Amino acid sequence: MWEKLLYFDRRIIFVLIALVVIIPFLTEWRASHGQITPSTQNLYNEIESLEPGTPVMLVFDYGPSGMPELHPMATALAHHILSRDLRLLGLAIVITGPSLCYDAVAPVAEELNKVEGVDWVNLGWVAGFVVPITQMGEDIKRTYPTDFQGRPTDQLEVMAGIRDYQDIGLIIDLAAGNAPGAWIAYAHDPYKVKLAAGITAVMATDYYVYLQTGQLCGLLNGLKGAAEYEHLIGKKGFGFLGMSSQSVAHLVIILFVIIGNIGYFTGRRRRQGSE
Amino acid sequence: MPGPTGPITGILGLSTEVIGIWLAALLTLAIYSFLYGDNPVYKVAEHIFVGISAAYGAALTYHLVIIRRLFDPLFRPDLAQPPLDVPKLSLIIPGLLGLLIFSRFIPRYDWLSRWPIAFIMGLYAGLSIPRTIQTNILKQMQATIAPVLPVDAGGQYLFFSGFENLLLIVGVVCTLAYFYFSLPHRGVMGGLSRVGIWFLMIGFGAGFGNTVMARISLLIGRIQFLLYEWLPTIGIHLGSGPGAG
Amino acid sequence: MRLQIPIAMGFLAGVFMFVQFFIPHQMIKASFKDALDWAIIIGAFALVLGLGSLFRAHIDKIRNRRPDYGYSFVTLISFAVMFFFGILYKTDPGTVFDWLFINVQVPLEATMFSLLAFFIASAAYRTFRARSVEATLLLLAAVIVMLGRVPISDKIPYLNLHEITEWIMMVPTVAAKRGILFGVALGAVATALRIILGLERSHLGGGGGQ
Repeated sequence: MWEKLLYFDRRIIFVLIALVVIIPFLTEWRASHGQITPSTQNLYNEIESLEPGTPVMLVFDYGPSGMPELHPMATALAHHILSRDLRLLGLAIVITGPSLCYDAVAPVAEELNKVEGVDWVNLGWVAGFVVPITQMGEDIKRTYPTDFQGRPTDQLEVMAGIRDYQDIGLIIDLAAGNAPGAWIAYAHDPYKVKLAAGITAVMATDYYVYLQTGQLCGLLNGLKGAAEYEHLIGKKGFGFLGMSSQSVAHLVIILFVIIGNIGYFTGRRRRQGSE
Repeated sequence: MPGPTGPITGILGLSTEVIGIWLAALLTLAIYSFLYGDNPVYKVAEHIFVGISAAYGAALTYHLVIIRRLFDPLFRPDLAQPPLDVPKLSLIIPGLLGLLIFSRFIPRYDWLSRWPIAFIMGLYAGLSIPRTIQTNILKQMQATIAPVLPVDAGGQYLFFSGFENLLLIVGVVCTLAYFYFSLPHRGVMGGLSRVGIWFLMIGFGAGFGNTVMARISLLIGRIQFLLYEWLPTIGIHLGSGPGAG
Repeated sequence: MRLQIPIAMGFLAGVFMFVQFFIPHQMIKASFKDALDWAIIIGAFALVLGLGSLFRAHIDKIRNRRPDYGYSFVTLISFAVMFFFGILYKTDPGTVFDWLFINVQVPLEATMFSLLAFFIASAAYRTFRARSVEATLLLLAAVIVMLGRVPISDKIPYLNLHEITEWIMMVPTVAAKRGILFGVALGAVATALRIILGLERSHLGGGGGQ
């Protein structure tokens, strides 16, 4: 019986997964944010410790494929940064970043009555990956002479007094690829600027290495990281909302693994017995 | 439709926001149709994606780099940022080198494309050597060589921290031993590399666990879009959406 | 000459970038900033190069009437529409370009990647087996992390799976990943040196003659 379970149409698994993700949204049950991971708390504390007016770089190094995990983080972080009256500099070294920066920050800024150009800016994207990161160590306005819409950065109030990384309180890289590695190597290590990252869970095992060394002062890991951060700032969003489905889906996949193994071992025993 | 440069208007009494949500929802469902089997609807959606995303990259590169960083400083210095009194002629060099890349498409002159590629690769290589050594070798070594019997400020031994530090050193050394192929994996070396495999397997397992989490989150993202953005356009509102509490 | 000149260019660019790190002189700094400006511009052209390959593939497919060539029209037309609005008008928020990005590119790309949720579930079911000690370690670590990374694990009594997961990530996983990282980093430095010294030439492929 168990063996037969191994050979049914995989589309049944697809339907099951779809159902376990959809059904929790249709109920009133909401899983909590769970325990706060120390690296999430550290990032929160880091932002809390900054003096009002300090520039914080929020880097949008992801595309639409990273949005489900990283966009809730971006919204929560933008909310925290702007509500603490810090200056938010949105930028990207990944090409889809500028459009996503607007999508995440503009509604938050509107809600908090923050003005583009005064309290926050979308600097846009620059080609060359590590090249703009390196160049900003010398001169940020040379790397970004205009914001995304073409307004000269040296005339923007939000950019006043900013020359290089020495003037930046914290960089937070939200990334779905290897960008945080570039920011560590080309910004944090040579210029000693504080750096944190928000990453998709796929990359987590790569970046705990840098968390352990202290090269990253904080790390948000996947949708759970977003949910934790939303809890810390007291504003529940898509991260928190997704935790119920995430929990049930994990349980179901673990169940799949268990059933698959039972089928495999009963089949193996029978094969050994018949030899 | 939205104005080409200006604010959003509407079409047939529907706001562009609603039209956009419907378009996004239909495209989402078109992609999901692949789960049943490959089909023309999926293929159309897939090919739209390739075209649209290539054009997105091309348009941004054109405006943000080619126009703002090359064309304006060279040919419209007064419009450049910061404005220039005279054209920045030194930019002719990267401009020409950049154009040479396209010689790839002319078989007779394709060797010229080597110049910009060699320049860029050399530049990246030179830039990366000190950075890689500092970030991924020296700092990593420094963080690995931690005391195996640490004491806190009060002079108390921190045994568990010491055990963790020891485990870290053992794990790194054994993993390296596994990847060291200049000695046969027998005897002590065999034992070390076997322990190395155990560490690697735990690492890969943790990676798999996180990957499952990430993939499910991606699905959650799309479901949230359908439930909280698309369904409301047909009058179905689910309770306790984002922003609640 | 067709090979020597680019090798010399790569050598000079590489050595300059390496040396400037150790000589913080004003003149060197100024040249360094210029070189970075140049790299941004040339890098942008390199991005456009990818488009050439894309067009060539689809136009070839249409010209030779290969199977499913009709879909190549879809790609080319989608490109033309997005490019038209992006180039002739602006890319700012509120434009058609931005509307197409948010309502076409975002759902397509995000949904395409979300298909992986179904495939990873299927893979977990069909291939994730405790066949050996090593495979069992992998499986156990994966299951603990899967449980520890969701809030529901807090309901399990006497076992703080969240903390155990953090420990797995911070100690054994860091050890394994660091071992790999050392190898990757040493390999990257060696390759970079080979590029600067002209020993590595695969990136110079392209050109036919010597």
